Amino acid sequence: MANYKYHILICGGTGCHASQSAQIKENFEKIIVEKNLQNDVQVVGTGCFGFCEKGPIVKMLPDNTFYTQVTPEDCNEIVQEHIIKGRKVQRLLYLDPKSQEHKSDSKHMGFYKKQLRIALRNCGFIDPENIEEYIARDGYKALASVLEQNDPQGTIEVLKKAGLRGRGGAGFPTGLKWELCRKNAADQKYMICNADEGDPGAFMDRSILEGDPHTVIEAMAIGGFCIGASKGLVYIRAEYPLAIHRLRIAIDQAREYGLLGNNIFGTDFSFDIELRYGAGAFVCGEETALIHSMEGQRGEPTFKPPFPAVEGYLKKPSNVNNVETFANVPVIINKGWEWFSSIGTEKSKGTKVFALAGQINNVGLIEVPMGTTLREVIYEIGGGIKNGKKFKAVQTGGPSGGCLTEKFLDTPIDYDNLIAAGSMMGSGGMIVMDETSCMVSVAKFYLDFIVEESCGKCSPCRIGNKRMSEILDKITKGNGTMEDLERLKNLAKVIKDTALCGLGQTSPNPVLSTMDNFWDEYVAHVVDKKCPAGQCRALKQYVIDPEKCKGCTACARACPVGAIHGTVKQPHEINQEACIKCGTCYEKCKFNAISIK
Amino acid sequence: MEKIKSLADLKAKREQLQSNLKLREMGDNVDNMIQVKVAMATCGIASGAKQVMETIINECNTRKLPVVVTQTGCMGYCYAEPTVEVKKPGQEPVVFGHITPAKATELVEKYIAGNELIEGIIPVNYEKIDK
Repeated sequence: MANYKYHILICGGTGCHASQSAQIKENFEKIIVEKNLQNDVQVVGTGCFGFCEKGPIVKMLPDNTFYTQVTPEDCNEIVQEHIIKGRKVQRLLYLDPKSQEHKSDSKHMGFYKKQLRIALRNCGFIDPENIEEYIARDGYKALASVLEQNDPQGTIEVLKKAGLRGRGGAGFPTGLKWELCRKNAADQKYMICNADEGDPGAFMDRSILEGDPHTVIEAMAIGGFCIGASKGLVYIRAEYPLAIHRLRIAIDQAREYGLLGNNIFGTDFSFDIELRYGAGAFVCGEETALIHSMEGQRGEPTFKPPFPAVEGYLKKPSNVNNVETFANVPVIINKGWEWFSSIGTEKSKGTKVFALAGQINNVGLIEVPMGTTLREVIYEIGGGIKNGKKFKAVQTGGPSGGCLTEKFLDTPIDYDNLIAAGSMMGSGGMIVMDETSCMVSVAKFYLDFIVEESCGKCSPCRIGNKRMSEILDKITKGNGTMEDLERLKNLAKVIKDTALCGLGQTSPNPVLSTMDNFWDEYVAHVVDKKCPAGQCRALKQYVIDPEKCKGCTACARACPVGAIHGTVKQPHEINQEACIKCGTCYEKCKFNAISIK
Repeated sequence: MEKIKSLADLKAKREQLQSNLKLREMGDNVDNMIQVKVAMATCGIASGAKQVMETIINECNTRKLPVVVTQTGCMGYCYAEPTVEVKKPGQEPVVFGHITPAKATELVEKYIAGNELIEGIIPVNYEKIDK
């Protein structure tokens, strides 16, 4: 057997995959053979490292050197320099933006310093397509010990004491959920994994399935044993081809090793997992809608009760948990509830994975202990706002959440604090916005998403959100009135109180939270007919300063609607009625004579 | 594939597989490891540095020592090849010259595992410009 001295880990998450990481891996493999190093160097494709901003990522071990933005052409130099000559390739190392120093070890990068990876523990560490690497990392140990102890209620107690809460958004205690399902006797029950990640910008579930699929399989089997289910189903969106591919490989390998199937570990417990594909409807993340979609019905929610724990898939007791929730379960069982409950805040234990996106320097996937502040996440891990701009707001919880302003930057992040601040945890999307974002437009963006994704079953959501979207449209076009703002507030309250499912009940949140925190901006749109951020096109006015205009005619020639008039070498003028506010003149002017009002 | 039928099976399998990932786990904690660098330029390889590196890795593995072994380029002591640099956490690196596989075993046993210096130390005669 080869006695490897070096491991080259190449990120194979969707982001890096799209930037040719498969080609990089292939090149490494080829070069290693050419240089006759195949017995010294192991080339491994892994899941996501999280630092998507600088992908593709290549990590060298044992010295833990972290190379960023590697191209297939760099492979030769890395092998030649790093492995053969033992010198780091400086130009590919991470450059710390503050100190301008190259950091070779990822642990010393601001992005990783504050992170604690529990759910993502194996992402970027093991080969997700190789069950043996998972087993070497204590994989299936939790399942084995749970089966050996043969005390399902005891295992549920462990989860309850650990304080694990659902990571899909609502934060329902996982142990309690399992217990409720366990209590309902039936000939068949189902353990369901919700992998219908729908929040715009969130991709932690996909990354876990791509980087560590076995942890989800193991946790589902543990859950199946606890609630008394012999069947597991993963509801995954068909838009996640790589996650599906890796999950399929993992399920096949688990069956081959006897870790799924009949009489697991020689006990009476049998469990197997099947996949169900979703077509990517946001509402199917709601558990009753998800169950209907799996049954082949329309993906529409139904009123609870009956809860799925009583009447779920095919009318049998079913339990639905999110991918990230499952990823925590094996670790809790291996390390004990005392360890897990020592991390986090009083009511939110453990860690949470966030997908950092928007106007932030380090876009990527991070996992931090509950109770970390937004400031730490945005400025220390995220590296601050792009292009030195000013922070304006951070949107958490996707279309069900809200926007938080500067005054919440030092609030410790947990389920309850986010709700108290007018947003929610959601699945963990975190979109950072700078001063150039118009909050009315942001609210409109989320509302339009809801209008498109509403299943249409209940009228508050179907009609109410449509009306709200129309009012917002009116405001961004400069036709809003103060009465419209009142109407928005009223509609929002009615929808919140009367919609059937979670999607509808939370859909007005983006509007309400932006109205709470940015009321002045709404008023500016309505009363002054101005967009303070300069985003709303209809409220923009391009004006030529006659002092600065040289009459070069560059703008007039570029204007697609012929709205600019003037004689050569004389100041020009814009006909505001004809202007379509495309901004072409603004870009063309070499004398800074055109300004936006 | 033989199915895993019991907790004991799983444990045996895990123990057998764990060594494959040891290298990666060490990398997670490289600052607290003893770092050994073997000079593997042409002169080093010609004098047997490959066998030396092999020996050090094997010896450290059998003794289960927390050691990260990497290769490096020419250290400039071509007269004393093969040369090996050992850096213990929080200490200055020490360079040993004329290391044969037999000497390598001694190095692991006495200096790396214990803290006893062996013959062949090359005194530091340069300053690093490391940042």
